[in-house]
Amino acid sequence: MTWIALIVVVLVLAAAVAVLALDNLIGAVVASSVVSLGVSVLFVVLLAPDVALTEAAVGAGLSGVVLALGLRRTGLWRLEGDRGGAHPLVPTQGQIGSASGARQGGQADA
Amino acid sequence: MRNLASLLFSLGLAFLLLAIAAQLGFGHTPMVVGSRILADAQSDIGAANIVTAVVFGYRGFDTLGELSILFAAATAAGLVLGHRRAGAPDDPQGGLVLSAGADLLFPLLLLVGIYIVIHGHLTPGGGFQGGVILAAAFFVSVIAKPALRLAHGAISVIEGLAGAAFILIGLWALVGDGSFLKPLLGHGVLGQLVSAGTMPLLSSAVGLKVGSELAGLLAHISESEAREP
Repeated sequence: MTWIALIVVVLVLAAAVAVLALDNLIGAVVASSVVSLGVSVLFVVLLAPDVALTEAAVGAGLSGVVLALGLRRTGLWRLEGDRGGAHPLVPTQGQIGSASGARQGGQADA
Repeated sequence: MRNLASLLFSLGLAFLLLAIAAQLGFGHTPMVVGSRILADAQSDIGAANIVTAVVFGYRGFDTLGELSILFAAATAAGLVLGHRRAGAPDDPQGGLVLSAGADLLFPLLLLVGIYIVIHGHLTPGGGFQGGVILAAAFFVSVIAKPALRLAHGAISVIEGLAGAAFILIGLWALVGDGSFLKPLLGHGVLGQLVSAGTMPLLSSAVGLKVGSELAGLLAHISESEAREP
């Protein structure tokens, strides 16, 4: 049991560092969900299944979706079919959506 | 000047935290209500899951407060996100894997959510957790197919009825037994599905309310307009 807890703690810490270090914002959202998932496993190890259910449903599921939709609506997460250029808050082109920069010239009249 | 203020604030905060830490012995529970509940919950309420007995029985009024906070937050988000213009662009549809996965997951998530809500007084979980899983069943489909529209009118009706049912059960206990949200209807046999009095009813009401509220909130965010270039 201790070994499981140790492995999960290392995973949670690595994911927490990844949230800060990743340039890809949607990757950071996924990493924050991994933190919540690991913490919910720790709650099960600590015999608190009620809290673990809440943490898995709200922390790993709901908040990840809310953050991802927020990124999508503010233009920080771009998909392939999007029109327009990079977002003013994104410093370098090509990190969030590599297709957006190349398509800008061709669709300027759209 | 500003640094000095920050330093003073940090020192004051550290002093307060240390003062609290000095009062508490490490590893000892500061309150005695926990052992009292552990000893008496099963004979008081008849629920096998003591956490649910606390959430809907001993601390039912707190749960009502949580529900109203969630309601206020969802309402405010709905107000801020507003309405769509006609012809506003949708997000692109998810691919085959996402769409087929959402269709497969929908009944499974619905089943797990209903199970967790109904068995709240027997197994881990309860209205809140099950409600979030019920909402997940809907927003997985909404994310896979952004052009899909949730029936917001029906969802608001379910939400209102579930919230009203929770308060009405509480008032029923107030009129019948003299204290708000007191569990009624007898205990039944410990561990049976129909046991613990009104606890499964309260759990179902909370599950429906949380589920419809969160599904509506997520659909509101998802239906807000995609950003114009």
